[in-house]
Order: sequence, then C-alpha cells, then structure tokens
Amino acid sequence: MTRTLVIVGNGMVGHRVVQALRDRDVTGAWRVVILAEESHPAYDRVALSSYVDSWCPEALRLPGAEFTEDETVELRLGDPVTDVDPAARTVTTSSGVVRSYDALVLATGSRPFVPPVPGHDLAGCHVYRTIDDLDGIRAAARHADDGVVVGGGLLGLEAANALRQLGVRPHVVELAPRLMPLQVDEGGGAVLRGRIERLGVTVHTGVATQEVAGSADGTVTGVRLSDGSRIDTPLVVFAAGVRPRDDLARRVGLAVGERGGVAVDANCRTSEPSIFAVGECASAAGRVYGLVGPGYAMAEVVVDQLLGGAAELGAADTSTKLKLLGVDVASFGDAHAQSPGALAVVHHDPVAGTYKKLVVSDDATTVLGGMLVGDAGAYGLLRPLVGAALPATPDQLLAPEGGGGPVGPAALPDSAQVCSCHAVTKGALNAAIDDGCADVPALKSCTRAGSGCGSCVPMLKRMLAARGVEQSRALCEHFEHTRAELFEIVRSTGLRTFSDLIARHGRGRGCDVCKPVAASILASLGGGHVLDGEQAGLQDTNDRYLANIQRNGTYSVVPRIPGGEITPDRLLLIAQVAQDFGLYTKITGAQRIDLLGATVDQLPRIWRRLVEAGFESGHAYGKALRAVKSCVGSTWCRFGVQDSVSLAVDLELRYRGLRAPHKIKAGVSGCARECAEARGKDVGVIATDSGWNLYVGGNGGFTPRHAELLVTDVDTDTLVRLIDRFLMFYVRTADRLQRTAAWIEAMEGGLDHLRAVIVDDSLGICADLEAAMAAHVTDYVDEWRGVLDDPEKLARFSSFVNAPGTPDPSISFREERGQRVPVLLGVPEVKSR
Amino acid sequence: MTAVLEPTWVNVCALRMLPPEHGVAVLLPSGEQIAVFRTQDDELFALDNLDPVSGAAVLSRGIVGDRAGRPVVSSPMHKQAFDLRTGRCLDDPTIFVRAHPVRLVAETVQVGRP
Repeated sequence: MTRTLVIVGNGMVGHRVVQALRDRDVTGAWRVVILAEESHPAYDRVALSSYVDSWCPEALRLPGAEFTEDETVELRLGDPVTDVDPAARTVTTSSGVVRSYDALVLATGSRPFVPPVPGHDLAGCHVYRTIDDLDGIRAAARHADDGVVVGGGLLGLEAANALRQLGVRPHVVELAPRLMPLQVDEGGGAVLRGRIERLGVTVHTGVATQEVAGSADGTVTGVRLSDGSRIDTPLVVFAAGVRPRDDLARRVGLAVGERGGVAVDANCRTSEPSIFAVGECASAAGRVYGLVGPGYAMAEVVVDQLLGGAAELGAADTSTKLKLLGVDVASFGDAHAQSPGALAVVHHDPVAGTYKKLVVSDDATTVLGGMLVGDAGAYGLLRPLVGAALPATPDQLLAPEGGGGPVGPAALPDSAQVCSCHAVTKGALNAAIDDGCADVPALKSCTRAGSGCGSCVPMLKRMLAARGVEQSRALCEHFEHTRAELFEIVRSTGLRTFSDLIARHGRGRGCDVCKPVAASILASLGGGHVLDGEQAGLQDTNDRYLANIQRNGTYSVVPRIPGGEITPDRLLLIAQVAQDFGLYTKITGAQRIDLLGATVDQLPRIWRRLVEAGFESGHAYGKALRAVKSCVGSTWCRFGVQDSVSLAVDLELRYRGLRAPHKIKAGVSGCARECAEARGKDVGVIATDSGWNLYVGGNGGFTPRHAELLVTDVDTDTLVRLIDRFLMFYVRTADRLQRTAAWIEAMEGGLDHLRAVIVDDSLGICADLEAAMAAHVTDYVDEWRGVLDDPEKLARFSSFVNAPGTPDPSISFREERGQRVPVLLGVPEVKSR
Repeated sequence: MTAVLEPTWVNVCALRMLPPEHGVAVLLPSGEQIAVFRTQDDELFALDNLDPVSGAAVLSRGIVGDRAGRPVVSSPMHKQAFDLRTGRCLDDPTIFVRAHPVRLVAETVQVGRP
C-alpha cells in the first residue's frame, strides 16, 4: 500500500529528500506532499548571490523542482505548516489545509540571526536569506550610496558583493578580529582583507554594531559602531549568521538540542519516531550544520530509512570552497590545527595575495586539514587527502595547480571522497571509469560526482587521464582536431580548400561532420561565396541551397528583415511573391516571415523577385547570425529609454552573414521590461537610463537558458566593440555545434574568464578580434545575389539534372486554414489519443 | 525532356555537370527517381533518391564522404549514412535503399533501368 511522506520545507535539503526518494523508490511505496513557506520552488540557496547577476528566480531553480510531470508528488508553495499532531499523524497549514502522513520530515532550515541592537527593526534594515530578501535590498539600494553589512563571515561577504553590484559602497562590520573567523586564521584573514579592500569594500573588524540610528519617520539614517565611529547610510543588511528554525518542533514537543535545532539520532529521527528532521533545522549529536553537504547526507539517510534500510549519519564534511568577490577561499578538515600536536605548514605570498596552509599530524605523516586563500587550485587534491598519508612534501602539495611535481590523483587512497557533495570516493569513480565511463559527463550521470558544486570536475578529468582514458577531442574519424584547432590551422596556414586541409591534417575523404565545419571555418575567414567551387560540396543541404530543407523535401524562403522593421511596400512584395508561388506564409518568433513549400527549382525565381526589391538572404538556413529582435523602443513606447530598433537594425546588418559554430540570435530591449526577450538570446542588450546592459550566453533549444550580465551601462560604441569581440572569440574557439551558453560553461573560469578576455583583454587578442570582425563587415556580400549573378551556381537549382524544369512529382500539397501544407509520404504522423 | 531512352541505359548528364563529391537527382520516364553520385576518385554510384526515413526524395542532396573507407552519402534530413556501393544504411542495418548500375560512356553518365 502506498504510504504518504509529508515534507515541511522546500529548500535544498528538503528537495533532495524528494529527489533521492523518487530515484530509489522503484516500487512506488511512497507518495510525497511538500508544504513550503516560500512562493518559489526549491532553488539553489548556496548560489543565492548569483541572483544579483540576473534577478531571475528561474536561473536559481533546482532541476526538477516543480514536479509538474510527477503525479506522485504534491507541491504546495506559499502555505507554511503551522501545526503538527503526532498522535493523529496530521499536519495543518496556515490556510487550513490538513494532510495526514505516515512519515514526516522537518526541513525548515534556518532563519537569519539579527543581533538585538537598538534600531534593528527600522525600515531600511534587511536580512540576507531568500530571493525575496534580495529583491528588497535591490529596491533599497536605489536610494543608497553607502550600505552597512553586519557580519564579516561568508554570508556577510556575499551580501557586501551584492551591494557592490548594485552600485552601493559596502562597509562590512565584524565583531571578530578578522573576516571569516570560522574558516580562516589570522594570516589568511589578513590576505583576505587586503584583497577585499582592493575591491572597494571598507572593512571594520573587532568592532560591534552598537546602534542603528533612525529618523523620526522610522527609517534608517546610519549605524554607530563600538569604536565611536558612525556610518551614514539608509541601508543595513544583517548577515551575522543563522539560527535553526525549530519553533514548530518545540510547539509539538519534540526534543531540541542544547544550542537549538531539532534533536535527531544517527538515523535522523527526532524524539517522535515517525518524524525526521534534516538540514539546518536539525541538531545531530548536539551540532547544527549550516552547510548543504551535511544536509544532503541527512537526506540520503532519511530516504534509506523510509525504504527499510539502516543507514546512519557518518562524520559530516564541513569543508568549504568559495569564490567571494572573486577571491578564492577554501578550508577543510582541521583547518585551525586544533588536534593535539598538529603541525601547520604555511605558504604566504603577500605579492600574489595568496595564503596556503596545510595541517598535518605531529609525526608529519597524515594530512589533517588546510586552508587556502587567494588561490584554491589545490583544493580538489587536498580535501580528499584528509585522514590519508601525506603523499608528498607539503611544499609540493601546496604548489600552484599545474606547477608540476609528483602529486596527482594517484596520491589519493581509494576511500578518499573526491566529490564531497555526493560522497563519491576515488574507488567508486575508478570503478565507473573501468566500467566504461569515458568522459566527465558520463561520470556525472553514472556516479553524480561533479554534479554538485562542481569543484571536483578538474579532479575528475585528471582521474580519467590517470586511468589512461584518452579524452577524445577528435571532430570525427577524419580529423584528430577540435573545431577550434582546425580554425587555428586554417587561419595560420592559409589553406583555403577542404582537399588541402584533409590531405595535410586529416585522413580519408571527409563526412557530414567535418565538411560543414570546414565550410563554416572557411566562410568565417573570408573564403569567398559559400557555393564557390569545392565549397559547395561541403555545405549541408541548407547552405547548399541557401534555404532550410523542410520535411517533404521543399525549402523555406526567409528574407532578412533587420530588427523586424519593414515598410508596407516590402510587406506587399513578400505577400505578392508568396501568392504567386503558392507558398505557406507564417510570421516567425524572430520577427521574420517564413515562406514555406518552395521546390528547389523555384528558389532562384523567388529570390530574383526578392533581391530585385532590395531583400537579401536572412540566413535562416545557416549556422550564422539569424536575427536581432527588438521592441519598438523609445521612438514609440512610453516606457522606452533608448532607441532599441535603430540599434537592432545596426547590429543585424553588422553581423549578417557571420558563420559560427551554431546559429546566433540577438535581441535589443528598450527598457527593463524586456519585450524583445533579449536575455533568451546569445547576445542580449537591454537599455538603461545611462546606456546599455550587455548579456551573453542565452538560448532556447532543448535546454533554455537565460543570458548572463557581462557589462552594465556602456555607451553604444563600447557595446558594439564588446559584441564584436564576443562573437569573434566564440567563432574561433567554440566546438562544433556548441551554443554560446555551453561554450561559456565549458570555459575554464566561465563568465569571469570570458569577461577578462573580452573586456579586460587579458590575452591581448582584442585588437585582432576586432580587426577580424571589421573585415567581415567590409567583405559582406549577399549570398543570394551571388547565386543569381552566376549561371553555373544557378544551374544547380534544379530538381532533376536530366529534366531541369520538372518539379519533383513526389511533392504534393493539401489545403489547411486557407494555405497549402505538405502531404507527407510514408512518414508516421503523431497519433492523437 | 533531355533524357534519351536506350534499351537498358538512360543518359543522365555530362560528367562535367556532376562535380566530384556531389550528387544529382535523375527522373526516369517511369516517374522513379535515382540519385547519382561521383566521389573524389571519380567513381560513380547510383541509389534510390527517396530517403526511406523521411519519405522525401532528397538523398542526392546529402553530403558525400566516407566512413572507415566506405563511400557514403548522409541523408540531408536526419543524417543517416548510406553505403554508396550497397545502399545499406550504416546507422541502422534494417534500413536500405536500392543501388543501381551506373556507368560513364563518352563523358556521359548513364544509369541502368531498374
């Protein structure tokens, strides 16, 4: 019989319980009811600070958090549980909903701790915990030049960064004598402070917040510190730690820990056996963990119990690795050398701003812990070593990653946890590799390693290499190279034909994978018309006929309509052409007009009409720039703050014809209302009061993704220059069919690295990228005009070589809603149920 | 119609109209369609033009190349590779198209009537 599990709370750990149960409950023994206080489905609270990049709650959402496809899960948001009746085994929510349970899991998390200083409840005081909290801080930041963050730990530094990104000068107030007192020691704290002050954050350590001062109307005017100083500010953020939310448990009469938190045993059961508690609200062996790792471990224990297992909670891993304001901070194991006799080896480089510490046992044989500030490259190797024999000298272990030396995955014992988020050991990973996992994605799906915080991914790569698994980067059986390598070969050698390229650098004759890649590279490097000579045979059918092949073998015609702006005369011309050739007509989502159902032999005649009227190829067929979508902007819209149409037209004309590893779309919105949906595009531009915000790496497709903010408030010249660099860098270095989103994700260092390269010119290639784009813009010629002017190319547009005027007799149409649609031969239609 | 009917062979086109690594479609008087290909080393092959996977007559528009040395054309629709010598689909052995005789006579490509 199916039993009911009720989960109170839909945070990361609560969600993990559901996921683990759904994964493991193969017989369907349990149905799940989730009752949550927040109105957002489970999101990645660890990454909460990244919300400031996008202000898009969906970007933080955990995969599968809505359970829309799962009938065995009921998710009730915005309706907190107010009461539990353990005798009747029911819970009641604030709206009066009652659910009975066979097992209950409390996953109510923590609440921010607000020190009881006078004025802590004035308007202008915020906490830093939820998406809604950040929305509130954002609204308050509009009227603030300075802001005070109370708390210099992890949360406080994240809050300071959020303020910084909102254009507010942050002051961090920390009671302890250093920042992040729990994770780093005095030396590490000093390095951390130096790096953070360089970023414009004012740090006050060793002082208390004495009072939040307010005006007569009850709003914050400033903060007074224990050293007598005062900071004028309308904005205060309390980020001084969290406290377990155990009030519901107390009301029910469950036992609580000495320092708060619902007391649980090693099975995560509370004093009431049918009730479990997990995550930050639970107190295991008297200890409350404010980290997601131990919470996940508890979730797994509970699920095992529910399914009849006997799992118990082991020692929790409290390692942390963070990037705070762009500064690496990591601590693991006995970082503060508190074990008896523990020895610490410290490398402190004040010039580089790095501090590294390795803690070993008194006989210098066993690794106990460590701390890394400024450069956490060694974290992936060092953290799994905790408890293991020292495999090399501490000097070698603390050397920068890639610095050589004998230390690699071989140094780890089989029992070492390489992925601490999912408790995956080196032994399990090697077993998976031996079972045939040949790359990181395979290891992720097989063992879940690397799918949490991702910090162990570099280690996974090294383990594959150490196991002798060659990571194939070959494009196909004909080329050993990646697309980026082939691009560099073609660029540097000046080879301009596929025959030469494959003869010198490949083998065989090529295929439908490498030929279109070569065609795209040649086109990007100014190889002439895409149908010139040998190039024609390299093109995918779409590029070969300069039109998209459709399911019945006919093609679509899509003229370019830059920015979606079109005159009535041109609309009439398109309508006339469609009518004369009997084409199905549809307006696309990219502000163009699809004319569908043209046979090969009709294409030149259709395009001659369009080209004569001034239209040109819309490149709807190519891995190329497609369209730049726009709203009506400040010209017409009463909310618009910039002229989005003119910019969209300019951008579309600038990048038209640019061939790329995948199709590219862009959008320009005239204000933050985002009517052009620019953030769903590879390049998204949104107008601000003082310029443009540039977003990159968004896309639709199988895995839709919002673009991320690259720069804010730039003028038009700077914007265009940055887009030039972005697109050309992408064209040169992305893999075959890799969208910009995946390209940025796969980049070591991600968006930060991309920003360094194309904004700060860290590789010194920006002038070259801009020159390449300038050449593209100058050399652009309409592809369809090139065909119409060349009888030899035109001759290829026939259905039959021996009967050029005869259309394909296998193509026929029927009528639907007043237009012609294809009659399909031998293709199974989707059956409606 | 430029096709000239002979007892067993149908003229397709002059060889220069079929560049290496390309395909062309041929319409037979019966209404059947044949795709004729010329590979890099000037070998000629002929298959049905109808792609059995999509049901569209498009194989002549696929990319010509090789797989492990075997000459193939990949369908422009869903990219299945067909062995030019046998018509067998290399991605799914249950799928095949017919292969037809083809020859070169005095710089003219001819296919045998099926």
